[in-house]
Amino acid sequence: MSMERNVALIALFTALIAALGLIPQLTLAFGVPITAQSLGVMLCGTVLGAKRGGYAALLFVGLVAIGLPLLAGGRGGLGLFTAPTAGFLIGFPVAAFVTGLVMERLRGLPVGWAAGIASVFGGVVALYIFGIAGLAIVLDRSAIEAALLVTAFIPGDLIKAVFAGLITAALFRARPHSVLSRS
Amino acid sequence: MISLTSPVKTCAHDWPAGGKLLALCVASLALFAARDLWVQVGAAFGVLLLYTLPGQVFLWHGMQRLWPLWPFVAVLVAWHVATGVPHEGALIALRMLSAVGLANLVTMTTKLGDMMAVVNWLLRPFARFGINLRAIELAAAMVIRFTPVLAQKGSALALAWRARSAKRAGWRVIVPFMVLALDDADRVAEALRARGGFEVDKN
Repeated sequence: MSMERNVALIALFTALIAALGLIPQLTLAFGVPITAQSLGVMLCGTVLGAKRGGYAALLFVGLVAIGLPLLAGGRGGLGLFTAPTAGFLIGFPVAAFVTGLVMERLRGLPVGWAAGIASVFGGVVALYIFGIAGLAIVLDRSAIEAALLVTAFIPGDLIKAVFAGLITAALFRARPHSVLSRS
Repeated sequence: MISLTSPVKTCAHDWPAGGKLLALCVASLALFAARDLWVQVGAAFGVLLLYTLPGQVFLWHGMQRLWPLWPFVAVLVAWHVATGVPHEGALIALRMLSAVGLANLVTMTTKLGDMMAVVNWLLRPFARFGINLRAIELAAAMVIRFTPVLAQKGSALALAWRARSAKRAGWRVIVPFMVLALDDADRVAEALRARGGFEVDKN
Protein backbone atom coordinates (compact mmCIF):
# COMPACT_ATOMS: atom_id res chain seq x y z
CA MET A 1 0.00 0.00 0.00
CA SER A 2 1.21 3.49 -0.80
CA MET A 3 2.73 5.69 1.88
CA GLU A 4 0.12 8.37 1.11
CA ARG A 5 -2.79 5.99 1.78
CA ASN A 6 -1.14 4.78 5.00
CA VAL A 7 -0.70 8.32 6.32
CA ALA A 8 -4.21 9.38 5.24
CA LEU A 9 -5.83 6.34 6.92
CA ILE A 10 -3.87 6.78 10.15
CA ALA A 11 -4.69 10.52 10.29
CA LEU A 12 -8.38 9.94 9.53
CA PHE A 13 -8.67 7.30 12.25
CA THR A 14 -6.94 9.57 14.74
CA ALA A 15 -9.50 12.24 13.84
CA LEU A 16 -12.22 9.58 14.19
CA ILE A 17 -11.18 8.78 17.78
CA ALA A 18 -11.32 12.51 18.53
CA ALA A 19 -14.65 13.04 16.74
CA LEU A 20 -16.27 10.12 18.60
CA GLY A 21 -15.45 11.92 21.84
CA LEU A 22 -16.78 15.27 20.62
CA ILE A 23 -20.20 14.32 19.26
CA PRO A 24 -22.64 14.52 22.17
CA GLN A 25 -25.41 12.79 20.20
CA LEU A 26 -23.33 9.64 19.94
CA THR A 27 -23.49 8.58 23.57
CA LEU A 28 -24.07 4.86 23.76
CA ALA A 29 -27.05 2.95 25.00
CA PHE A 30 -27.73 1.67 28.55
CA GLY A 31 -26.33 4.85 30.05
CA VAL A 32 -22.74 3.82 29.40
CA PRO A 33 -21.03 6.48 31.50
CA ILE A 34 -18.13 7.23 29.19
CA THR A 35 -18.14 8.29 25.56
CA ALA A 36 -17.48 6.32 22.41
CA GLN A 37 -13.82 7.37 22.49
CA SER A 38 -12.42 4.03 23.67
CA LEU A 39 -14.69 2.41 21.06
CA GLY A 40 -12.70 4.44 18.53
CA VAL A 41 -9.47 2.94 19.89
CA MET A 42 -10.87 -0.59 19.52
CA LEU A 43 -11.99 0.19 15.94
CA CYS A 44 -8.48 1.40 15.08
CA GLY A 45 -7.21 -2.09 15.85
CA THR A 46 -10.05 -4.08 14.32
CA VAL A 47 -10.12 -2.08 11.07
CA LEU A 48 -6.54 -0.90 10.50
CA GLY A 49 -4.74 -3.86 12.11
CA ALA A 50 -2.02 -3.86 14.77
CA LYS A 51 0.62 -1.56 13.29
CA ARG A 52 -1.47 1.15 11.64
CA GLY A 53 -4.08 1.06 14.42
CA GLY A 54 -1.33 1.46 17.03
CA TYR A 55 0.13 4.41 15.11
CA ALA A 56 -3.28 6.10 14.88
CA ALA A 57 -3.83 5.82 18.65
CA LEU A 58 -0.22 6.91 19.31
CA LEU A 59 -0.74 10.02 17.15
CA PHE A 60 -3.92 10.74 19.13
CA VAL A 61 -2.07 10.52 22.47
CA GLY A 62 0.81 12.62 21.11
CA LEU A 63 -1.53 15.38 19.95
CA VAL A 64 -3.34 15.37 23.31
CA ALA A 65 0.06 15.70 25.01
CA ILE A 66 1.10 18.77 23.02
CA GLY A 67 -2.11 20.48 24.04
CA LEU A 68 -4.91 19.72 21.56
CA PRO A 69 -8.30 19.35 23.29
CA LEU A 70 -9.11 16.04 21.58
CA LEU A 71 -10.25 14.00 24.59
CA ALA A 72 -13.95 13.74 25.40
CA GLY A 73 -15.22 16.95 26.97
CA GLY A 74 -12.57 19.00 25.18
CA ARG A 75 -9.79 17.95 27.53
CA GLY A 76 -6.14 17.79 26.61
CA GLY A 77 -2.66 18.87 27.65
CA LEU A 78 0.16 17.53 29.78
CA GLY A 79 -1.85 17.56 33.01
CA LEU A 80 -3.67 14.42 31.85
CA PHE A 81 -0.38 12.52 31.93
CA THR A 82 0.14 13.01 35.66
CA ALA A 83 -3.56 12.61 36.53
CA PRO A 84 -4.87 9.34 38.08
CA THR A 85 -6.40 8.34 34.73
CA ALA A 86 -3.09 8.79 32.85
CA GLY A 87 -2.67 5.02 32.45
CA PHE A 88 -5.79 4.74 30.34
CA LEU A 89 -4.56 7.46 27.99
CA ILE A 90 -1.02 6.07 27.77
CA GLY A 91 -2.53 2.62 27.20
CA PHE A 92 -4.53 3.69 24.13
CA PRO A 93 -1.79 2.85 21.56
CA VAL A 94 -1.08 -0.50 23.24
CA ALA A 95 -4.82 -1.27 23.35
CA ALA A 96 -5.18 -0.54 19.63
CA PHE A 97 -2.06 -2.58 18.84
CA VAL A 98 -3.16 -5.61 20.88
CA THR A 99 -6.68 -5.41 19.38
CA GLY A 100 -5.17 -5.43 15.89
CA LEU A 101 -2.77 -8.24 16.75
CA VAL A 102 -5.54 -10.52 18.07
CA MET A 103 -7.75 -9.56 15.10
CA GLU A 104 -5.01 -10.60 12.68
CA ARG A 105 -4.54 -13.93 14.52
CA LEU A 106 -8.27 -14.76 14.35
CA ARG A 107 -8.57 -14.91 10.57
CA GLY A 108 -10.43 -18.20 10.85
CA LEU A 109 -13.39 -16.61 12.66
CA PRO A 110 -16.14 -14.44 11.11
CA VAL A 111 -15.14 -10.74 11.12
CA GLY A 112 -17.68 -9.68 13.78
CA TRP A 113 -16.70 -12.36 16.29
CA ALA A 114 -12.99 -11.84 15.69
CA ALA A 115 -13.36 -8.06 16.15
CA GLY A 116 -15.41 -8.47 19.32
CA ILE A 117 -12.94 -10.91 20.90
CA ALA A 118 -9.96 -8.80 19.79
CA SER A 119 -11.57 -5.70 21.34
CA VAL A 120 -11.97 -7.49 24.67
CA PHE A 121 -8.27 -8.42 24.73
CA GLY A 122 -7.02 -5.03 23.50
CA GLY A 123 -9.62 -2.46 24.47
CA VAL A 124 -10.51 -3.98 27.83
CA VAL A 125 -7.76 -6.31 29.17
CA ALA A 126 -4.69 -4.47 27.84
CA LEU A 127 -6.20 -1.00 28.44
CA TYR A 128 -7.21 -1.77 32.02
CA ILE A 129 -3.76 -3.18 32.85
CA PHE A 130 -2.31 0.23 31.95
CA GLY A 131 -5.18 2.15 33.52
CA ILE A 132 -5.01 0.27 36.82
CA ALA A 133 -1.22 0.60 36.92
CA GLY A 134 -1.60 4.37 36.46
CA LEU A 135 -4.19 4.63 39.23
CA ALA A 136 -2.04 2.52 41.56
CA ILE A 137 1.01 4.74 40.98
CA VAL A 138 -0.65 8.17 41.21
CA LEU A 139 -2.97 7.32 44.12
CA ASP A 140 -0.33 5.19 45.87
CA ARG A 141 -2.65 2.16 46.21
CA SER A 142 -2.09 -1.54 45.58
CA ALA A 143 -3.10 -2.85 42.16
CA ILE A 144 -6.11 -4.65 43.67
CA GLU A 145 -7.41 -1.51 45.41
CA ALA A 146 -6.92 0.46 42.20
CA ALA A 147 -8.77 -2.24 40.23
CA LEU A 148 -11.75 -1.95 42.61
CA LEU A 149 -12.07 1.74 41.70
CA VAL A 150 -12.64 0.99 38.03
CA THR A 151 -14.65 -2.25 38.09
CA ALA A 152 -17.84 -0.21 37.61
CA PHE A 153 -16.63 0.80 34.15
CA ILE A 154 -15.76 -2.70 32.90
CA PRO A 155 -19.32 -3.75 31.89
CA GLY A 156 -19.63 -0.56 29.79
CA ASP A 157 -16.36 -1.32 28.03
CA LEU A 158 -17.42 -4.92 27.40
CA ILE A 159 -20.57 -3.56 25.73
CA LYS A 160 -18.32 -1.33 23.61
CA ALA A 161 -16.34 -4.40 22.54
CA VAL A 162 -19.62 -5.98 21.34
CA PHE A 163 -20.38 -2.77 19.41
CA ALA A 164 -16.86 -2.81 17.95
CA GLY A 165 -17.56 -6.32 16.66
CA LEU A 166 -20.94 -5.37 15.16
CA ILE A 167 -19.57 -2.18 13.58
CA THR A 168 -16.51 -3.90 12.12
CA ALA A 169 -18.70 -6.65 10.63
CA ALA A 170 -21.03 -4.07 9.05
CA LEU A 171 -18.04 -2.11 7.75
CA PHE A 172 -16.59 -5.29 6.25
CA ARG A 173 -19.84 -5.69 4.29
CA ALA A 174 -19.82 -2.05 3.13
CA ARG A 175 -16.10 -1.62 2.34
CA PRO A 176 -14.39 -5.05 2.40
CA HIS A 177 -11.10 -3.68 1.06
CA SER A 178 -10.89 -1.03 3.73
CA VAL A 179 -10.88 -3.52 6.61
CA LEU A 180 -7.11 -3.85 6.38
CA SER A 181 -6.83 -6.38 9.19
CA ARG A 182 -8.52 -8.82 6.78
CA SER A 183 -6.80 -7.96 3.52
CA MET B 1 -9.92 24.33 16.63
CA ILE B 2 -9.52 25.98 20.01
CA SER B 3 -6.30 25.26 21.86
CA LEU B 4 -5.75 24.92 25.58
CA THR B 5 -3.28 27.78 25.75
CA SER B 6 -4.21 30.44 28.30
CA PRO B 7 -6.21 33.46 27.11
CA VAL B 8 -3.90 35.64 29.20
CA LYS B 9 -0.39 36.14 27.86
CA THR B 10 2.21 35.65 30.58
CA CYS B 11 5.99 36.10 30.57
CA ALA B 12 6.23 32.27 30.71
CA HIS B 13 4.90 32.22 27.13
CA ASP B 14 8.28 33.50 25.94
CA TRP B 15 10.38 30.94 27.81
CA PRO B 16 11.75 28.12 25.64
CA ALA B 17 9.28 25.20 25.47
CA GLY B 18 12.04 22.59 25.83
CA GLY B 19 13.23 24.20 29.08
CA LYS B 20 9.70 24.25 30.50
CA LEU B 21 9.20 20.57 29.63
CA LEU B 22 12.53 19.58 31.19
CA ALA B 23 11.70 21.56 34.35
CA LEU B 24 8.29 19.86 34.46
CA CYS B 25 9.90 16.40 34.29
CA VAL B 26 12.33 17.23 37.10
CA ALA B 27 9.59 18.79 39.26
CA SER B 28 7.23 15.80 38.72
CA LEU B 29 9.94 13.31 39.69
CA ALA B 30 10.76 15.39 42.77
CA LEU B 31 7.08 15.52 43.78
CA PHE B 32 6.75 11.74 43.56
CA ALA B 33 10.00 11.23 45.52
CA ALA B 34 9.07 13.57 48.41
CA ARG B 35 7.42 11.56 51.18
CA ASP B 36 7.10 14.43 53.64
CA LEU B 37 3.67 16.04 54.08
CA TRP B 38 5.06 19.52 54.69
CA VAL B 39 7.15 19.42 51.51
CA GLN B 40 3.95 18.59 49.61
CA VAL B 41 2.01 21.38 51.36
CA GLY B 42 4.79 23.81 50.39
CA ALA B 43 4.83 22.55 46.80
CA ALA B 44 1.05 22.86 46.50
CA PHE B 45 1.18 26.46 47.77
CA GLY B 46 4.01 27.17 45.32
CA VAL B 47 1.92 25.86 42.41
CA LEU B 48 -1.10 27.88 43.58
CA LEU B 49 1.10 30.99 43.75
CA LEU B 50 2.25 30.40 40.15
CA TYR B 51 -1.41 30.29 39.09
CA THR B 52 -2.31 33.51 40.92
CA LEU B 53 0.64 35.56 39.59
CA PRO B 54 -0.80 36.21 36.07
CA GLY B 55 -4.12 37.41 37.50
CA GLN B 56 -7.68 36.33 38.11
CA VAL B 57 -8.64 35.21 34.57
CA PHE B 58 -5.61 32.92 34.37
CA LEU B 59 -6.31 31.49 37.83
CA TRP B 60 -9.95 30.82 36.93
CA HIS B 61 -9.03 29.02 33.68
CA GLY B 62 -6.37 26.98 35.46
CA MET B 63 -8.65 25.91 38.30
CA GLN B 64 -11.31 24.83 35.80
CA ARG B 65 -8.80 22.37 34.34
CA LEU B 66 -8.08 20.91 37.79
CA TRP B 67 -11.74 20.59 38.76
CA PRO B 68 -12.19 17.10 37.15
CA LEU B 69 -9.83 15.73 39.81
CA TRP B 70 -12.31 16.23 42.66
CA PRO B 71 -13.70 12.63 42.63
CA PHE B 72 -10.18 11.30 43.18
CA VAL B 73 -9.55 13.74 46.01
CA ALA B 74 -12.86 12.66 47.57
CA VAL B 75 -11.99 8.95 47.27
CA LEU B 76 -8.51 9.50 48.74
CA VAL B 77 -9.80 11.52 51.68
CA ALA B 78 -12.64 9.08 52.40
CA TRP B 79 -10.34 6.09 52.19
CA HIS B 80 -7.60 7.48 54.42
CA VAL B 81 -9.96 8.88 57.02
CA ALA B 82 -11.65 5.46 57.16
CA THR B 83 -8.33 3.63 57.55
CA GLY B 84 -7.08 6.11 60.16
CA VAL B 85 -4.15 7.65 58.27
CA PRO B 86 -5.53 11.02 57.08
CA HIS B 87 -2.11 12.67 56.71
CA GLU B 88 -1.12 10.03 54.13
CA GLY B 89 -4.27 10.79 52.14
CA ALA B 90 -3.51 14.50 52.28
CA LEU B 91 0.03 13.84 51.04
CA ILE B 92 -1.13 11.79 48.04
CA ALA B 93 -3.97 14.19 47.15
CA LEU B 94 -1.69 17.25 47.34
CA ARG B 95 1.00 15.51 45.30
CA MET B 96 -1.55 14.63 42.61
CA LEU B 97 -2.94 18.19 42.49
CA SER B 98 0.53 19.74 42.29
CA ALA B 99 1.73 17.35 39.57
CA VAL B 100 -1.36 17.90 37.40
CA GLY B 101 -1.31 21.63 38.17
CA LEU B 102 2.31 22.04 37.05
CA ALA B 103 1.83 20.04 33.85
CA ASN B 104 -1.29 22.07 33.12
CA LEU B 105 0.72 25.28 33.62
CA VAL B 106 3.16 24.21 30.90
CA THR B 107 0.29 23.47 28.51
CA MET B 108 -1.35 26.81 29.31
CA THR B 109 1.80 28.85 28.66
CA THR B 110 3.17 27.06 25.58
CA LYS B 111 1.91 27.65 22.05
CA LEU B 112 1.07 24.62 19.92
CA GLY B 113 3.76 25.54 17.37
CA ASP B 114 6.47 25.70 20.06
CA MET B 115 5.38 22.32 21.43
CA MET B 116 5.50 20.80 17.93
CA ALA B 117 9.00 22.18 17.44
CA VAL B 118 10.14 20.33 20.60
CA VAL B 119 8.53 17.07 19.38
CA ASN B 120 10.23 17.54 16.03
CA TRP B 121 13.59 18.09 17.75
CA LEU B 122 13.09 14.99 19.93
CA LEU B 123 12.18 12.82 16.93
CA ARG B 124 14.94 14.06 14.65
CA PRO B 125 17.57 11.50 15.79
CA PHE B 126 15.10 8.73 14.88
CA ALA B 127 14.83 9.97 11.28
CA ARG B 128 17.89 7.92 10.34
CA PHE B 129 16.10 4.77 11.54
CA GLY B 130 13.41 5.32 8.93
CA ILE B 131 10.92 7.54 10.76
CA ASN B 132 9.47 9.96 8.23
CA LEU B 133 9.18 13.27 10.10
CA ARG B 134 7.32 14.95 7.27
CA ALA B 135 4.71 12.19 7.29
CA ILE B 136 4.19 12.69 11.05
CA GLU B 137 3.88 16.47 10.65
CA LEU B 138 1.46 16.07 7.78
CA ALA B 139 -0.59 13.49 9.70
CA ALA B 140 -0.78 15.86 12.69
CA ALA B 141 -1.94 18.71 10.48
CA MET B 142 -4.53 16.44 8.86
CA VAL B 143 -5.93 15.40 12.26
CA ILE B 144 -6.31 19.06 13.26
CA ARG B 145 -8.11 19.75 9.98
CA PHE B 146 -10.28 16.62 9.91
CA THR B 147 -11.45 16.34 13.51
CA PRO B 148 -13.94 19.23 13.22
CA VAL B 149 -14.95 18.03 9.73
CA LEU B 150 -15.68 14.51 10.99
CA ALA B 151 -17.41 15.80 14.12
CA GLN B 152 -19.67 17.89 11.90
CA LYS B 153 -20.41 14.95 9.57
CA GLY B 154 -21.14 12.76 12.59
CA SER B 155 -23.54 15.34 14.04
CA ALA B 156 -25.27 15.63 10.66
CA LEU B 157 -25.70 11.84 10.53
CA ALA B 158 -27.10 11.78 14.06
CA LEU B 159 -29.55 14.56 13.15
CA ALA B 160 -30.58 12.75 9.96
CA TRP B 161 -31.29 9.68 12.10
CA ARG B 162 -33.43 11.67 14.50
CA ALA B 163 -35.42 13.16 11.61
CA ARG B 164 -36.54 9.64 10.66
CA SER B 165 -36.73 7.82 13.96
CA ALA B 166 -38.27 8.43 17.33
CA LYS B 167 -35.34 6.60 18.91
CA ARG B 168 -31.92 8.08 19.63
CA ALA B 169 -29.09 7.54 17.14
CA GLY B 170 -27.07 4.80 18.79
CA TRP B 171 -24.08 2.77 17.71
CA ARG B 172 -25.67 2.05 14.30
CA VAL B 173 -24.88 5.56 13.11
CA ILE B 174 -21.16 4.89 13.62
CA VAL B 175 -21.09 2.51 10.61
CA PRO B 176 -21.97 5.14 7.94
CA PHE B 177 -19.81 7.57 9.89
CA MET B 178 -16.79 5.28 9.46
CA VAL B 179 -17.60 4.62 5.80
CA LEU B 180 -17.46 8.42 5.31
CA ALA B 181 -14.11 8.57 7.10
CA LEU B 182 -12.66 5.70 5.04
CA ASP B 183 -13.80 7.26 1.77
CA ASP B 184 -12.34 10.61 2.87
CA ALA B 185 -9.04 8.85 3.56
CA ASP B 186 -8.98 7.41 0.04
CA ARG B 187 -9.65 10.82 -1.51
CA VAL B 188 -7.00 12.50 0.65
CA ALA B 189 -4.47 9.83 -0.32
CA GLU B 190 -5.21 10.41 -4.01
CA ALA B 191 -4.91 14.17 -3.57
CA LEU B 192 -1.56 13.70 -1.80
CA ARG B 193 -0.25 11.50 -4.61
CA ALA B 194 -1.47 13.92 -7.26
CA ARG B 195 0.62 16.63 -5.58
CA GLY B 196 3.78 14.53 -5.56
CA GLY B 197 3.10 12.79 -2.24
CA PHE B 198 6.06 11.64 -0.22
CA GLU B 199 8.12 10.78 -3.28
CA VAL B 200 9.29 14.41 -3.30
CA ASP B 201 11.25 13.82 -0.10
CA LYS B 202 13.46 11.16 -1.64
CA ASN B 203 15.20 13.61 -3.98
